[in-house]
Formats: sequence, C-alpha cells, structure tokens
Amino acid sequence: MGGCDVVTFINFMIENQREITNNLFRHIELVGISVFVGIIISIPLGILLSRHKKLAGVVLAVTGTIQTIPGLVMLGFALIFLGIGMLPALVVLSLYAILPILRNTYTGITEVDPSYTEAARGIGMTNMQMLFKVELPLALSSIIGGIRISTVYIVSWATLAGMIGAGGFGDPIWTGLATYNTGLILSGAIPSAILALILSGLIGLLQRILTPRGLKGVRV
Amino acid sequence: MNMFSLTLEHMYIVFIAVAIAVVLGVFLGVIAYWIRYLDSIILWITEIIQTIPSLALLALLMIVFGLGNTTIIVGLVLYALMPIARNTYIGLQDVEPHLKDAARGMGMTKLQRLVKVELPLSFPLIFSGIKIATVNSLSVAVMGVLIGAGGLGFPVYRGIQTNSLTLILSGAIPVVLMALIFDYIMSRIERRLTLRASDGRK
Amino acid sequence: MIKFENVSKKYGSTPVLDELSFEIQQGEFVVLIGPSGCGKTTTLKTINRLIEPNAGKIYIDGKDITDMNPVELRRGIGYVIQQIGLFPNMTVEQNIAVVPKLLKYPKDKWQAIVHDLLEMVDMPYEENAHKYPSELSGGQQQRIGVLRALAASPPIILMDEPFGALDPITRDTLQDEVRRLQKKLKKTIVFVTHDMDEALKMADTIVFMNEGKILQMASPEEMLHNPAHPIISGFMGKQIDSRSNGLTAGDVMRTRVVKAARNNQTLKSIELMKSRDVDTLIVINEDDTYAGIVTIGDLRARGRGGMEIGELITDAAPVVNVADDAQEAFDALLTSSTSYVIVLNDDNTVAGLITKTSMTRAMGEVLWGDVTS
Repeated sequence: MGGCDVVTFINFMIENQREITNNLFRHIELVGISVFVGIIISIPLGILLSRHKKLAGVVLAVTGTIQTIPGLVMLGFALIFLGIGMLPALVVLSLYAILPILRNTYTGITEVDPSYTEAARGIGMTNMQMLFKVELPLALSSIIGGIRISTVYIVSWATLAGMIGAGGFGDPIWTGLATYNTGLILSGAIPSAILALILSGLIGLLQRILTPRGLKGVRV
Repeated sequence: MNMFSLTLEHMYIVFIAVAIAVVLGVFLGVIAYWIRYLDSIILWITEIIQTIPSLALLALLMIVFGLGNTTIIVGLVLYALMPIARNTYIGLQDVEPHLKDAARGMGMTKLQRLVKVELPLSFPLIFSGIKIATVNSLSVAVMGVLIGAGGLGFPVYRGIQTNSLTLILSGAIPVVLMALIFDYIMSRIERRLTLRASDGRK
Repeated sequence: MIKFENVSKKYGSTPVLDELSFEIQQGEFVVLIGPSGCGKTTTLKTINRLIEPNAGKIYIDGKDITDMNPVELRRGIGYVIQQIGLFPNMTVEQNIAVVPKLLKYPKDKWQAIVHDLLEMVDMPYEENAHKYPSELSGGQQQRIGVLRALAASPPIILMDEPFGALDPITRDTLQDEVRRLQKKLKKTIVFVTHDMDEALKMADTIVFMNEGKILQMASPEEMLHNPAHPIISGFMGKQIDSRSNGLTAGDVMRTRVVKAARNNQTLKSIELMKSRDVDTLIVINEDDTYAGIVTIGDLRARGRGGMEIGELITDAAPVVNVADDAQEAFDALLTSSTSYVIVLNDDNTVAGLITKTSMTRAMGEVLWGDVTS
C-alpha cells in the first residue's frame, strides 16, 4: 500500500465515519452478547463437569468436535434452519464461545492441587465455600484466559456472520469482496483487526489484575 | 462437482501451507531461542497475526495477492506460525540444562547442538504445534472459496447461496472427518513421541 | 475425650482398620506411628470424617460423631497436613482467619486472634500478615499451617505428618514449638508420623499400629523399655543399638544436613538457605571432604554476586570424628559459639551434625535404662 493509498483510505474512513461507527457498535453487540451467553453456560457447566469427570470426557469431546466445524458451515446451517439476521448469528457465535471457556474452567478447577482441597475440607468448608473461596479463585486466571480466547474467536466469527446479515464489520468486507471494492474491504478488515487486538489486550490486562499476588509466577 | 478431487485439493492446500509454516515457524522459534531479546517480539507478532479475524486477514491478503490458491495458502501459513513457533521456542527452552551442557562439553558448535540435541529433544512439543496448526488449517481453508481458491469451501458456499443443506454437508462432512482423523492420528504419534523423549525433558 | 469403638474400614476386600478400639484423654499428645499402610493416616482422617468407617463408632466427648454435621465437626477440629495446603490466593492473615471467618467471628475478634498467634511463633504481624504463602520459606509456611489449625481454638488438633517435608533443623524447631504450644494451650493433639525419633520426642502416648491393628499403646518410656512386639523393637533398632556401651559422636548426630559445593555462587546459596530455611550451609570440596561452614551473615556481609562461597567459608564450627566419644562432642557443643558440631568420617567427608536436640535425645535414651537386645 503506497502513501497515496493510505490517504485515500483515511479519506474513505472519514467519509464513511457514520457507517463504520454503526458497524463497530453492532460488532461489539454481537461479541458482547455471545461471549456473555458463553460465560453463563460454560462456567456453571465447567464446575458441574469438574464434579463428574466421566461426563466431562464426553461433553468436552462433543464440544471439541463442534469446534472443528468450519465457521462458514455453521453459518450455513444457521441460514438454512434459522434464516438471516442477528438472532441466527448470535446462536452460532454463542455456541462457539462455549468451548474455550468450558475447557479452561474445567481444567482450571481440576488442576487445583489436591492439598488445597483437602485442607479446605479438613478445616470444615462446605462444598460451596470450597468452590467460592478456594477452587474458583485458583482457577480464575485460567477461566479468564478462556474468555480471552473465546472473545478473539468471536470477533473473528462475527465478521463471517456478516454473510447472514448480522451486520458489524463483516458487512463491508462481504460487500467489498463481492464488488472488489478495496476501500470497503479495508473499512471492515482493519477496524475488526484492531478491535480484536484491543479486546484481547484488555482481557489480558484484566487477567493480570485479577490474579492474586500470591499466585503470580506460581504454578497451581 | 467432483467431491474426491475437491477433497484432494483441500488437503493439498493445507499440506503446502503447513509445510511452509513448519519451516518458517521452526526457524522463528530457533531465532527467538538463540537471540533472547527477540523472543518476546517474535512471539508477540505471531500472536497478533493469530488475533486478526480470519475473514479480515484473507480479505486484506486478497488485495495484495489477488484471487486464487496462493492467497489462502499465505493466510493459512500466517495462522499456523503461532502454534509452531511458540512450541518450538518453549521446547528448546525446556531441554534439560545438563544435556545442553553435555553437548557443549563434547565440543559441539551451536548449530550442531541445535540439530543433533536440542531440536530432536524438542520434537514432541513442536509436533504438537504442527498438529494444532494442521487441524486448524483444515477448517480455515474452507474460507478459501471467498477469495477464489479451491477445495471443500466451494460446495459449502454454493450450498449457502442455493439454500441447499445437502451441498453444505457434502463439503462440511469431509472437512470435519479429516480434522477428527488428523487430530486422532497426530495425537497418538504425539503421545508416543512424548513417552520416548520424556527422560530428556524437565 | 476421643473414643474409638471397634472401628473398621475396608477398601474393597482389604481391611485397613481392623476393629480398632482405644481412647484419647483430654490434653493428651497422642502420636500414631507404624509402617506405611498400617492405617495410621486412615485412623486420623476418621476423626474429622474425611474418611467414614464401615463399622464401629467414634465418640468425641461422648457424642457419636456420625450424629454431627461433618462440616461443623471439622470446624471444631484443627487440621494440619504434610503438604501444608495454605491457600495461595490468600495472605497469611486470611489463611489464619479462614475458620474464624467461617464461624462468623466479628472482624476485631479474628484480627486479634491473628495478632496473638503470629506473636506466639515470633513472626511479627506487621512483617508477615500481608505476605502470601509463596513469599515464605517452607518452615514458615508450616508454622502458619499450624496457626490456621489453632485459630478457632478447637480443643482437638489433627496433624498428618506435618513436618515430613521439612529439613531436619527446621523440623526440630517446629517440633519444639508445637510441643510448647500444646503445653500452653492444653490441646488434645493426634499426630501421625513414621519417624520414631519424632514420636519419642513429642508424644505423651504412642500408638503403634500395624495392619490396621494396635500393637502397643504406651508412653515413650514404656515403649522403649518394653516393646510389645518385634516389629516395634525393629522400628526402634537405632535407639537400642546406641545404648550398648559408650556413646560415640556418630550415635548422637543427625545425618540429614544441608550441604553445598564450594564452587556454588553466593546468590544461589542464599536461595538454597531460604528454601531450606537454614542459616548455615556446610560447604564441601569437590572430593566431598569437609571445607568449612558459611553463614547467611557471612554471605550478606562479604558476598558479592558471582562470587563462589568457597571464598567465604570459616572454620567457626567445632569438628569431631564420627568415632569420637560423645562426651567430647558434648563439651564442644557447650563451649562453642555455634549451636552445633560438625561430625566427620575418617576420610573427612561429612557424616552429620550434632545439635542440642539430637544430643539431648540420645542422652534421654541412655537415662531411660538398659534396653539391650
């Protein structure tokens, strides 16, 4: 991209400022809702699975297989069974958000050293107290790591969801691809990449802040 | 539409991409290992590439490389770099110090140590990176159809355009099957490698 | 206080506890000992219901513990384990206050408890309360582990090989501290160990177990005088041999010591001392012979980064030969400024270390009489 193109691009961005802002809000909306749904489903499910190890193998294998289904295919299914628009997109995106958080919640809890859980039981914590005072705090860093991976995935899948009319930064990319309009492609691709990097960085920061001082640099 | 030749083309695209990514990724991993102040920069850049949404990356690449298989191969290589480079770097770092010392004590040069001792001992972890990259690439390669590449993305996209579940499935099922089969086989190889090399690692 | 009545436990068809019946008095320090797999840890864990027996009853103060809510039962019983199990996400203060908080003590009350307890083990509140476990040495961590068990002042404390992972010098200090705390606070302590020295040192009563049964339950003196079973005499073999005639330095020393090669770097050595919670390293030459000692004070005062500790060693500690008369070692110990004597083999390698505790223990055994084989 030469210097001239950069100027053209910036001009394009300025001209289409309104459009891009709308796309940004819609993109954040898609990511926010589906990651939220992912969290709501995954964390309790992960806790449950950590109490039922046999079930965990099956559930993680199934969600792992779902994860290998290409995004385009999933959106194709959504299109055929649910139609176009934001809701079908959210269903697919939420489904994708589940696995990383689920897996990290499960491994985070099951990898808590047994000496801590034995001590917790031995001093008279109930199962709930053990979960909230010991296991979840020790697994927190891993869980947030899972949320970070999910978020990055979902920012990416959400651009794909432009295909079924979900809006967001996928919209101009898809139109741009269909019409070979470089400006349109860039106005979706660049902001979506920046959004992914910013969200990833912010969650990474949150992960570091929320890790208790006593755990930094220590394997649990 | 010949499903068999599409499947072959899909595999061909993925294999070329992974092969290039292995060479580049291992190279980057070694550089990060050898030149300490470059390690965080190299790992950081590969992670940033990984973070860019795939559709955005492919669209950007299309602007530079045009339509066709080359563009999707470049995209897949970029995505595959992170797991391979990172695992190479970690693998090299985790080789037991006394084995590195022994190699140095025997008068091996830096390059000899790398080729004869350090890389072989890191191989299980590098292989695990290659596995992740392969399985991932099989799935991402479906998007090649959007930038004019061949492979199993073609029936999927055609199915979406014509609202045909059969067409979508005819592309999707081979992709998912391949991903599961490669994951299974490569996991088994990985386990055997890890068992064999376990005495040389921390 | 604690009463076992025909308590049995099986895993599959293997019996772990076999019709166990015994009683522990209030304020008694009872040590459960025996070969591994004898059921001592299982016995301990049935008391706070971490393990439920298949048959038999356990009473605490006359109440059947199966009638009690296990969670409430455990809150009334202190518990210390070998892996320490301090919660790494909580500070020292939060760890100690865990049970008082579970019991909903008001803040000023549990804070006062934390202050008092830290005071009791000479770890000042201001310096230590806000540290995390990872910032403490192993010995300090287990001190906090013991304090956590004491925090809600439970009448009973269970300790499962609490000092098994600590180095000998630290273990010695902690044994003394726990014994002192027990005398002062009049707790009933049930303590599991596989170390007969520890049992003899700590116990009011030793319960010797084998294959899920009690072979002998007696005071340390009684067990030394009249071991009821060959397995018990075998366990105490070392003590009996050493009393055959005149004691040598080798009989009164401890053999596990922290050694370091003289080409160790100063910084690494300070790390080593911290991790083992000792203030002195025994330095050895390449051929394993004794070179001297180096103290943390020497390292801090004169050590620089990159320097080898060989340059800092002193010969401040008295040295005796392993075959020397114990009396000689005793005199050296009393007159020396250090609190230990180095014991060397004939080839000048380090055989062990005599501390006041190891000496006292050996002498105590002599006084308890002429148990000869």
